[in-house]
Amino acid sequence: MRAQIFGAALLTLAASLSPAGADEPLKAGFLYVGPRADAGWTARHDEARRCLEAAGIKTTFVESVPEGPDTARIEQDLIGQGYKAIFATAFGYQPFTQKVAKQNPDTHFFGIAPTIAPGANIQNVYGKLWDGRYLNGIVAGRMTKTNKIGFVAAQPIPPVIAGINAFALGVRSVNPKATVSVVWTLSWFDPPAEKQAAVALVEAGNDVIAQHQDTASALQGAIEKGAFAIGSESDMSAIGGDKVLTGTVWNWCELDKRLIKSVQDKAFRPGDYYGGLDDGVVGLAKMSPLVPTEVAKLVEEKRTAIAGGTFDYWKAPLKDNKGNVVLSEGKALGLPDIQKMRWLLEGVSGAVPQK
Amino acid sequence: MSASDPSLLLLGAALVSATPILYAALGELLIERAGVLNLGIEGTMLVGAVAAFMVAHGTGSGLAGMGCAVLAAAAFGGLFAALVVGLRLNQVVTGLAMTILGSGLSAFLGQSYVGLTLGEAGAASAAASGVYVAAALACAVIAALFLRHTRPGLLLRTLGENPAALDALGLPVVPLRGLYVVLGSGLIGLGGAFISVVLTPSWIENMTAGRGWIALALVIFARWRPLWIVAGAILFGLIDAYRFRAQVGGASWIDPHFLNMLPYVATLVVLGLQSRRPAQGAGTPTLLGVAYDRERR
Repeated sequence: MRAQIFGAALLTLAASLSPAGADEPLKAGFLYVGPRADAGWTARHDEARRCLEAAGIKTTFVESVPEGPDTARIEQDLIGQGYKAIFATAFGYQPFTQKVAKQNPDTHFFGIAPTIAPGANIQNVYGKLWDGRYLNGIVAGRMTKTNKIGFVAAQPIPPVIAGINAFALGVRSVNPKATVSVVWTLSWFDPPAEKQAAVALVEAGNDVIAQHQDTASALQGAIEKGAFAIGSESDMSAIGGDKVLTGTVWNWCELDKRLIKSVQDKAFRPGDYYGGLDDGVVGLAKMSPLVPTEVAKLVEEKRTAIAGGTFDYWKAPLKDNKGNVVLSEGKALGLPDIQKMRWLLEGVSGAVPQK
Repeated sequence: MSASDPSLLLLGAALVSATPILYAALGELLIERAGVLNLGIEGTMLVGAVAAFMVAHGTGSGLAGMGCAVLAAAAFGGLFAALVVGLRLNQVVTGLAMTILGSGLSAFLGQSYVGLTLGEAGAASAAASGVYVAAALACAVIAALFLRHTRPGLLLRTLGENPAALDALGLPVVPLRGLYVVLGSGLIGLGGAFISVVLTPSWIENMTAGRGWIALALVIFARWRPLWIVAGAILFGLIDAYRFRAQVGGASWIDPHFLNMLPYVATLVVLGLQSRRPAQGAGTPTLLGVAYDRERR
């Protein structure tokens, strides 16, 4: 232990003595909030890290780092070892990253948006997941026979709520008669509860079940009860087979490569960055062979239109499910509105639990 | 009543939700009746869950998985017994350490199993879920009869009430306590295995998501009586199943956050009521959590 500390001190000394490391290749250090094998959020970030590695960038990672003060110590350690690009892949790391970033102005930090702790050398990224959910909704709307679709959701926070509303808009764009029922598990991670929620929805007559949870348990429950399922976070078709119609997936690889390049080219831009269908940060999971080709084609068309900016599905006027107008005629729904979203769309049955 | 009757479906879902907690709470009851406080339930369940999944995946048999879960959890319980019964370490601290160890160990062992499915074995086990539910209920009845009407059951109760008396009778207190810790841990492991093989045939770390703590509360709620554990587990199962059904097709009249909290509130209420009439019939093993030291009797 002592030798390690001494070693680290020497390294730091050596780093400070070397001429600013100008021609030293950039190395990237990752902090993960979960284990690499979580089959969701962290697994996708680790895939991006391996992809950087494959592109010739040296990387390292520390997994299962809680969103607390340890963050700062681990970031300092990584910087001491010469990692000058830090990917802190959880929203809750921000306040700690901010402190470390102030002390290390020559290091660049990438966190998870929206920004609550800004800095000149901090950029926070996220993806417009809801755009993917809209496309999933099209598939669900075309595949339902009972016109009842269920959604198992974790926590009532804006990105989840926006995803449900976008999903419902997608459903309704192809099937105005269909309804979407939301069930909250109030937990990101509780496999038996997630499954129970899906089973309850199927037993109430819903025949397509979508989800926003960290595990595939809701999907398992839906399929076991004979319904179709729609995945989230990563491609879940390996778990559920053809009954998994499609889903949304995170692809951080290309974005992370661009972020590294922005540092190398001195084109770094602090602030928020939202990826989406256009840059591939948000993608669609494999389409099941059970989905008719014309539906797959329609999804592809809409994907191109949303990615190209020629199509906005948040069309005014919009009402919430209590009858209040939430987007009046002639107005557009921007990113700031989505980041504050606390209402469920008209026709979506369910409530937003109050904190 | 038809098979799609909502109240019947609710009851079915409630029984399935109740089963892992029922196994775990029955196991804990045996351990606590023997006078040992085991706070490592969550960790033991996870060890059972990961062992069951690994074996079921390897052999293609859900039953083999369940069997190995019992063995693995019993071995894990053996370690706990060696520490708290043998070496007389502090049971609270050691139990918490076992929870953390079980969580870490299962995550480590299960790394390469995340995202895998059991295929046929999973489907077969899920189809046979009724058998495992019935077995849990049978275990409770057997435990009740055993505690109440048999000589070994009487000895088990005495282990927690007055181990010195057993020692005076020439019975081996320390090995007996160890035996019940091992047996109880096996049952707890079965609770975890039910989750990873039958309920959601998959493995992901910490998949028990706090059910071990509910089982711990349930033992207190039931005042250390097996049949009350069944009642409590079904009550919990009903709450668990109802909190989703209440939301389907409209706003829940009762806040789901509140429903999530209910098992713990019920436990506190029972504890409060119990404090008003201590001693007689309270059910708490008198020497719960106190290691037996022959030199200090």
